[in-house]
Amino acid sequence: MIEINNLTKKFGKTTALRKVNLTLTSGTCVGLIGPNACGKTTLIKNILSMVVPTEGEIFFDGKNIHGDVFYKNNIGYMPQIGRYPENMSVRQVIQMIKNIRNHQGTEDKELFEAFEMEKIADKKMRTLSGGTTQKVSATLAFLFNPPVLILDEPTAGLDPIASEILRVKIIKEREKGKLILITSHLLSELDDLLTNIVFMQESVVVFNKTMEDLFAETGENRVSRAIHKLLKTEVLS
Amino acid sequence: MKGITTFIIKDILKNRIVILYTLILCGFSWSIFSLEDNVSKGILSLLNIILLIVPLVSVIFANIYMYNSTEFIELLVSQPVKRSSIWYAMFTGLAVALNAAFLIGIGIPVLLFIHPLTALVVILAGVLLTTIFVSVAMLCFILMRDKAKGIGLSIMLWLFLSLMYDGLVLFFMFQFADYPIEKIMVLLTAVNPVDLARIQVLLQIDVAALMGYTGAIFKKLFGTQTGYFTSFIFMLVWIVVPYYFSLRLFKNKDL
Repeated sequence: MIEINNLTKKFGKTTALRKVNLTLTSGTCVGLIGPNACGKTTLIKNILSMVVPTEGEIFFDGKNIHGDVFYKNNIGYMPQIGRYPENMSVRQVIQMIKNIRNHQGTEDKELFEAFEMEKIADKKMRTLSGGTTQKVSATLAFLFNPPVLILDEPTAGLDPIASEILRVKIIKEREKGKLILITSHLLSELDDLLTNIVFMQESVVVFNKTMEDLFAETGENRVSRAIHKLLKTEVLS
Repeated sequence: MKGITTFIIKDILKNRIVILYTLILCGFSWSIFSLEDNVSKGILSLLNIILLIVPLVSVIFANIYMYNSTEFIELLVSQPVKRSSIWYAMFTGLAVALNAAFLIGIGIPVLLFIHPLTALVVILAGVLLTTIFVSVAMLCFILMRDKAKGIGLSIMLWLFLSLMYDGLVLFFMFQFADYPIEKIMVLLTAVNPVDLARIQVLLQIDVAALMGYTGAIFKKLFGTQTGYFTSFIFMLVWIVVPYYFSLRLFKNKDL
């Protein structure tokens, strides 16, 4: 579904991504994890062409995304920190994105209802709290039933009830055969969500494994412990 | 992306500053024409507003609006919209809304009070200046990541084109007064859009004769049909070139 070839991104002198190669296929839920500033968000922004790669290519469904925008119709994106025009109401934002995407077919209103968006629909974006803004972002990401979902720190800032709603929703969409890419620091939350793990450190991809392989190699059954163990052994060897 | 453009136009027209700007322009032009019997003098007073206030408000408002729209632009880029469409929508939205303010504030009274042909030149000058300074403001926005620097740069450019440039040209003229510099003078004037607008309006009223020999040259060169056409082209260049460069930078900008 998404193929990344030799992707390098430099911001001035700092290198955010160094020769990243990655293939993401439909029906998997990939966890993109790694310490702060390892290039996770930059990688996502490259896939959405919000950032222009210094070198390398990204293919979406076999097509190079360079110069294309229509592939984004197939992506639902939930940013780490949703930034919206301050003087627009929630309803206006949703309506505007609807107009832009010109979506044919049914809309997925599950999250809209689960998060009770109707109650806050006429509030201006600037009056919303961080968590509520995240709910708007999540609603928008899932609204058009896209085959690919990119969620950057989806549960950061959400209350436990909301993040549980989102978690259930993610599992449901995964079962439909969608590709879901999640970045997160909270490894404990990812246990029953993920099928694959991509670990990044200092601008490079360290490993890309399925969960079964990861658990088999380490003899653990929790994501956090498995990664901890793997990193330790890799440092030692 | 018609939807985005209309959204921006509506958003700007609802803005209190733009409404105030329209009302102030209205106040100026109506009071000038109702107090002044001599239409030529009225145009001269109005000219100062068109050459100073209109570009200043256009450049600063457009620049600040761009900085305030950073989130909006970011949101649009993550959606299936071409970057060139976003840039075009921002430019059209700003230009249409600010020109609407100008046309309501100055265009209508000018059409009512003065000779239609002169009125047309005055309105065209104002519309072109507004659009030019929107284009310049967008270039300043893309050149400077920092808001304060961006606004500073746009004010500097306005100051340079509206006030300092004339001073420099005047200085040059006095220094080389003994030489035949008329042609260079014309060229120097043609480079600055504010000067072009000034001359085109001044040629419409009789004061051109007061400008002496240089005035005669201007009349000879700019007062003809080719003269009008060339100044129009020069002003269009001032719209297209900054827009083109800002678009090129925006296409490769990391958000």
